[in-house]
Amino acid sequence: MKDALTGLSAVDVASRVAGGTLSAVQVVEHALAQANRTAPLGAFLSLRDAEAVEQARSIDARRAAGKPLGRLAGVPIAIKDAICTRGAPTTAGSKILTQSGTLQSAWRPPYDATVIARLGAADAVVIGKTNMDEFAMGSSNENSAFGCAKNPWDPARTPGGSSGGSAVAVALGAASLALGSDTGGSIRQPAALTGVVGVKPSYGRVSRFGLVAFASSLDQIGPFARSVRDAARLLGVIAGHDPRDSTSSQSAVGDYEAACDAPVRGLRIGIPKQYFGDGLDSAIRDRVQAGLTSLERAGCVLVDIELPTTDYGVATYYILATAEASSNLARFDGVRFGARATTGGGLDAMYAETRAAGFGPEVKRRILLGTYVLSAGYYDAYYDKARRVRRLIRDDFTAAFEKVDLIASPTSPTPAFALGERVDDPLAMYLADVYTLPASLAGLAALSLPVGLTEATARFPALPAGLQLLAPAYEECRLFSAAAAVERDFPYLPPPAAAPFTATGAV
Amino acid sequence: MSISRQDVQRMARLARLSLTDAELAQLQGQLGAIVEYMEQLRTVDTEDVAPDVAGLELTLAGRPDEVHAGLTTAQALGGAPDCTADSFCVPAFVDES
Repeated sequence: MKDALTGLSAVDVASRVAGGTLSAVQVVEHALAQANRTAPLGAFLSLRDAEAVEQARSIDARRAAGKPLGRLAGVPIAIKDAICTRGAPTTAGSKILTQSGTLQSAWRPPYDATVIARLGAADAVVIGKTNMDEFAMGSSNENSAFGCAKNPWDPARTPGGSSGGSAVAVALGAASLALGSDTGGSIRQPAALTGVVGVKPSYGRVSRFGLVAFASSLDQIGPFARSVRDAARLLGVIAGHDPRDSTSSQSAVGDYEAACDAPVRGLRIGIPKQYFGDGLDSAIRDRVQAGLTSLERAGCVLVDIELPTTDYGVATYYILATAEASSNLARFDGVRFGARATTGGGLDAMYAETRAAGFGPEVKRRILLGTYVLSAGYYDAYYDKARRVRRLIRDDFTAAFEKVDLIASPTSPTPAFALGERVDDPLAMYLADVYTLPASLAGLAALSLPVGLTEATARFPALPAGLQLLAPAYEECRLFSAAAAVERDFPYLPPPAAAPFTATGAV
Repeated sequence: MSISRQDVQRMARLARLSLTDAELAQLQGQLGAIVEYMEQLRTVDTEDVAPDVAGLELTLAGRPDEVHAGLTTAQALGGAPDCTADSFCVPAFVDES
């Protein structure tokens, strides 16, 4: 029974819990046990054992009393530690949000993020907070101040980042679902590297209220799941306008689950030449090709397209995102939350020493870079220039979407790289995001789903590969339709570290 | 264009970040390489392109100007490293002499 439980989809768990054939307590206890058993992989920074079981008990009691339950009844969900959970540790992967550098002394927010409130209303059960690169700055999880999460397919490799812990928790079956945040690929890339589904909703689709801000014009919260339908269910729960986030969209939320069953025959899929160039590993290219073949077999029409500004994505992104970060992270000053360095000096010395002690190397690098591109004398050459190139990148997509309904590409240029391989070369790390950054800059809807394991080569063993699908803003339904069609050929594969485990739906 | 040690020091001062000598040296090299990579944007013609703000055209939603319950003083002060019953405490920054 235990194995079968881990393998159940979130949609199945919710309907069985609501139907009384499965107890929420049993599901939640099982997820917590799997989380504890796989603790060496570092997916979680904190677990909410007692609170989660207590909530599950109340869900079971409400069902027994004949009360209706929400769309995620009893579903265990893991939350990236950048999302505020009332009264529960929230660190954003940084020591600066702790009193003494330890997880035990983490900041406990006095309020819930809007997504947490919506999950609660849907009767999902938050079981813990997941590991991440500090302030979501990183593509490998190695910038976490608390030790990085490891790839369940090969613990010597990165699970990707920054939402690596959320991806690992879902891949391992330690949670049915997870939330991450994606600023330049931080949901899609770890999803690809660990073999799960990850969705970056359109900018404004999901409320950012209660998300620790990195780059406010790019940040979006989105789902991780082991199936496309589970991801659709979760997005349906968290999407929609929130009066507390004025950038959240008032456009209607689609029926994402229905979209999973919609026909895709005749859908036109753009294949951008620029996403299949020299930097793409051949083993990934083969898997992406297999995914494209699935789309063709399902009746989609593949169309060659051009996105000529693709090469400028990395430079544009790292100017704009660091500029916004340097401003957003000014709030971490040792006054209202977290640590304070004690100095003999005055206020300015306290600020500078607190930030020196609290931030890790990548965060310092990005704050300084952002300060540089915004500073007098450089603003026009860097920040303003990047804002103009951002418009050109967006115009490229607008033109492409006049010819096609969706765009398909690799999610990451390589499979999971070895831990330690890129830590001393920040620019090489930034280039890991080359295929995910442009869609973020353009505010598009994006999704990554697994397309099987790569052939082992001299450089990489057999590892998960991801196919990225892009749709115009607020056209998430198209993503789910096409992804569901591809998924029929590439169902979720449990990683070796998840054993004992059975595939989705097996009971 | 490379980044000088003084550039890094100036940014660190603006960003209220104290750096060790070792950090300064390493950051100078790393930031220099990254900024050099960013230089490629100079080759893009943006003469007639308006700056973009958020990647897409956003209609910001307003909301009624109504008073809602917020955090209590105790909640707001709950995570502070130093506070009194109703305020955050910081090192003295006004010279009273």
